[in-house]
Amino acid sequence: MAVLRGFAVLLALQIAGETIVRLTALPIPGPVVGLVLLAVALVSYRPIGEVVEPAGRLLLQHLSLLFVPAGVGVISHLERLEGRYLAILAVLGTSTLIGLAVTAWTLQALGPPAVQHRRDGDSDEPPEHGTAESSGAPPATREDDENSNASRVTGDG
Amino acid sequence: MDDRSLEVLWVYLSGSPLLSLMLTLVVYLFASALFERGRRHPLLNPVLWSILLLSACLWLAELPYDRYFEGAQFIHFLLGPATIALAVPLAREFDALRRRAVRIGLALAAGLVATTGSTLLLVHLTGLDRSTGLSIAPKSTTAPVAMGIADTIGGAPSLTAVFSVLTGVFGAVVAIPVLKALRIRDDSAKGFAIGLVAHGIGTARALQIGKRAGAYAGLSMALMAIVSAMLLPYVMAWFS
Repeated sequence: MAVLRGFAVLLALQIAGETIVRLTALPIPGPVVGLVLLAVALVSYRPIGEVVEPAGRLLLQHLSLLFVPAGVGVISHLERLEGRYLAILAVLGTSTLIGLAVTAWTLQALGPPAVQHRRDGDSDEPPEHGTAESSGAPPATREDDENSNASRVTGDG
Repeated sequence: MDDRSLEVLWVYLSGSPLLSLMLTLVVYLFASALFERGRRHPLLNPVLWSILLLSACLWLAELPYDRYFEGAQFIHFLLGPATIALAVPLAREFDALRRRAVRIGLALAAGLVATTGSTLLLVHLTGLDRSTGLSIAPKSTTAPVAMGIADTIGGAPSLTAVFSVLTGVFGAVVAIPVLKALRIRDDSAKGFAIGLVAHGIGTARALQIGKRAGAYAGLSMALMAIVSAMLLPYVMAWFS
């Protein structure tokens, strides 16, 4: 059931994305607009994540598989490259390598991963867990504090 | 069973989605098992081998691609919801992303200029014709966006889809060894770079590194799609 609920939400977001694309003539595919919509929804209201998570995890675990049908179509179009194989492969390959190197270098050179940076560099914790805990736990305790303060106030009053 | 009934069976199977769906799954499972068995050697990339093996199957069975896709489209369709689901790992990194917004913007700009600039320069150097060049220019964006851009700037969308998928598969195959050789240790930089040059197919590879790499790959894929779609038509008009 959890997977189906998440899947329904994802499909609804895709419909929303496709609708926005058609109404505004945006040059972006509906699913990319849906991605932005879901990201905004998740950031403004975290619990949506639990609804989408089971279906999302299932789809992303096998994301590679989903590209296979389109990939097979590419093979049947390869003959259209005719005598230009070498030049085209050189362009695709070289520019991909250049882009990969420049992007990774830039982001790594500009700064270490955010968590280490924020903790002044001397944290020994693995960053992944650090983020999960620091983003999840503090708001919860703060809420608890507020609640207990509120009850104390009303109790005092 | 005589030849006649075999023929009837084949006509039925090749006309129904059953055969190509099952074939796609079986070949993909086989390619994945091969990848794991070969200790994830980059050249054993499951997407690459699934595509090659399935193409060989179709060729041997004389099954035209259109007929194959009638069944395989049920798998292809899931790309839409899967793309949207990339927002889940992305939102989990939101606090880190907000703090690094400027750095990520700079990395995006550097990556976009390096990728598109080197593509245009190489097209010029290799003496490829103008129409092919216009079809190659948007190759690092996800296929549907690339096709839309090609259409706008005067390339051939169907050829662009080929370039986009080839780029994605190439990027997914070479990414890990190349980034290792460059001593990129930060998973967020790895993921961001893979998603930027190799869009969705690269993002699928980045997700195998880990959730953080996958989140950054999804982010750079989406940013690349949005920014390229907005800027490339102007860049190409300016160049011509």
